[in-house]
Amino acid sequence: MIGGRNSLSGPVDPTANAGYGDEHPKRKGFFTDTSICIGCKACEVACKEWNDVPADHFDMTATSYDNSHSLNANQWRHVAFIEQPKRLGSQDPGLRPPEVTDLGMPSVRPTDTAGAVADGAGGTGVGAEGEKPDFRWLMSSDVCKHCTHAACLDVCPTGSLFRTEFGTVVVQDDICNGCGYCVPACPYGVIDRRKGPDGAKNVGIAQKCTLCYDRLGAGQTPACAQSCPTQSIQFGDVDELRERANARVAQLHEAGVMDARLYGNDPHDGVGGTGSIFLLLDEPEVYGFPPDPLVTTADLPHMFRRASAAAATLLVGAALAFVGRRP
Amino acid sequence: MTGPGQHRADGPEQAHPDDERQTTAVIGSAGGRRPRRAGGRRKHGPGIEQVVPDAEFTSYYGRPIVKAAPWEHDIPAYLFSGGLAAGSALVAAGADLTGRPQLRRTSRLGALVALAFSGAALVHDLGKPSRFVNMLRVAKLTSPMSVGTWILTGYAPGAGLAGLAELLDLVPADRRRDGVLGSASRVLSWVDRPAGLWGALFGPPLAAYTAVLLSDTATPSWHESYRELPFVFVGSAAAASAGLGLIGAPVHETGPVRRLAVGGAVLELVAEHRMERSMGITAEPLHEGRAGRLMRAAKVLTAAGAVGAALSGRSRALGVLSGAALMAGSACTRFGVFEAGIESANDPKYTVVPQRERLAREGPRHFPE
Repeated sequence: MIGGRNSLSGPVDPTANAGYGDEHPKRKGFFTDTSICIGCKACEVACKEWNDVPADHFDMTATSYDNSHSLNANQWRHVAFIEQPKRLGSQDPGLRPPEVTDLGMPSVRPTDTAGAVADGAGGTGVGAEGEKPDFRWLMSSDVCKHCTHAACLDVCPTGSLFRTEFGTVVVQDDICNGCGYCVPACPYGVIDRRKGPDGAKNVGIAQKCTLCYDRLGAGQTPACAQSCPTQSIQFGDVDELRERANARVAQLHEAGVMDARLYGNDPHDGVGGTGSIFLLLDEPEVYGFPPDPLVTTADLPHMFRRASAAAATLLVGAALAFVGRRP
Repeated sequence: MTGPGQHRADGPEQAHPDDERQTTAVIGSAGGRRPRRAGGRRKHGPGIEQVVPDAEFTSYYGRPIVKAAPWEHDIPAYLFSGGLAAGSALVAAGADLTGRPQLRRTSRLGALVALAFSGAALVHDLGKPSRFVNMLRVAKLTSPMSVGTWILTGYAPGAGLAGLAELLDLVPADRRRDGVLGSASRVLSWVDRPAGLWGALFGPPLAAYTAVLLSDTATPSWHESYRELPFVFVGSAAAASAGLGLIGAPVHETGPVRRLAVGGAVLELVAEHRMERSMGITAEPLHEGRAGRLMRAAKVLTAAGAVGAALSGRSRALGVLSGAALMAGSACTRFGVFEAGIESANDPKYTVVPQRERLAREGPRHFPE
């Protein structure tokens, strides 16, 4: 129930906690497996098309193959491109894994040349052994995390942001008055107030991924997951996705990709686990994720007590100032 | 090719020839931004080596992780005017109950003007100002902005009516004997004291909640200051409203506000000092750039104002000067804290380093079932 145990932090079923009865659908989410992302940006395009998200700027960041910069009001999926001058495992003498790892990429090539995609993220683009350059690509399609404890939703003063029956977090465009409070509240920097372009809908109000709430209602898969050609973006019930993510990371570890790790899959973490789980091949901050996020409202009871003490101090102080001899 | 390697926060761009070092290449302070030359440490003077090494951290090409609040200067201006309104309602109530008419008038009128300004600033800052009334469609304890809206909504009629009563009092007596002004004048003369007390009741929460408003975010320098910021802000509110009283009331009525000025200023300065020491690396933005200049100005103005107020027992001129310094100091504090938060959000260092430090200290978080 609302206001029940673990309402502000800790493991909880966000849908039940938001007051839905027992008869609600299972919590939906994404599992983004960045080890098989090829950076094609189909997710970005499909999201823009389906959700009528206006064009933003279109310029290279000049640091990598990234021309969409960040998640923001006009960018609900963002593919990060990271070029790392890092040797692949198979290039180091003695470090070569016993067998070529099949990362599960769709391929038209016979499996014996699959070494081109071994040990790292998407392909390095070079065929034969020994010709590989000393760097690897990391690509990752970022999206709203649909947190169990969503700070944006907690701090929204109008009730525009709400928890859907699917356990996701959605902005109601016709209620948001653009106060902007959700923007600094999000520990991942996802949600933003739409600044433009002129003439676009919903300028001035907060916008972010809805996990395609309309498609979910019709039993469809969100546009990004539907369009992903490598199944790097998988959609499903969060329970099942967590299991799938655990299996996948175990598979990669077994194959010698020890950098593989999950992000957001732990219901005991600072945001109670996320609805969007990621498999990463490096530290979270390399991808632009916070390494140890905490929902700010977890500290709210403490803040409330400090502010109450301060208010009482002011009241008593002002009263004391007026006590004493009349002039 | 620059990769997203380890950043040395204030370090110069360097490249290492060997592969291992390249993976932890040191790149500019926040990719694309002007590299700072030992930013706030300039106070150590040129040529002096830094004792503490710069924190190393990794990020996605130096891009921000959390987003800065999209708020313009309306919001820090409101932080000031809201505090002034809150403190002035308290001072006005005290002056009313202890028979200090000039101090009461100054504070009630000040509260009225500050209230009107606050409302205008808050509506103006919305992305959709026409929908400001949507703030009143829910009351949400988890949203400091919602709680603040209701505090302000409770405060407004009290402080508003008391202020109107003073405003009407300024109209010459023969012009408000009959007609609409006459009726209004008679009603207000009955309700002005209860209204003023009602407004004063909402003063302390109005002064304190704005600290929670800032702290209940992922903005590093705002969140990390949540223990002391409420005390900084109520101290600042007390100092500003006492300053207004010093400006507007004659010397024989300013005894209480002189004490309040000293108390508020001391509270603000002490709490601010403790706050900076408890914030770790996220205190840095409070010392650097524009925020640093504002915070230093705030300290000087507040301290000078407090000393002046304490000594202004006989001098109206010194009282006015001290009052102005206290009000300016309060405004500088609000703008300084605001700007420092924006800076801390725009630099991934302040998100990554404290989180990495906590992880190294305590390991992954584990909230129990």
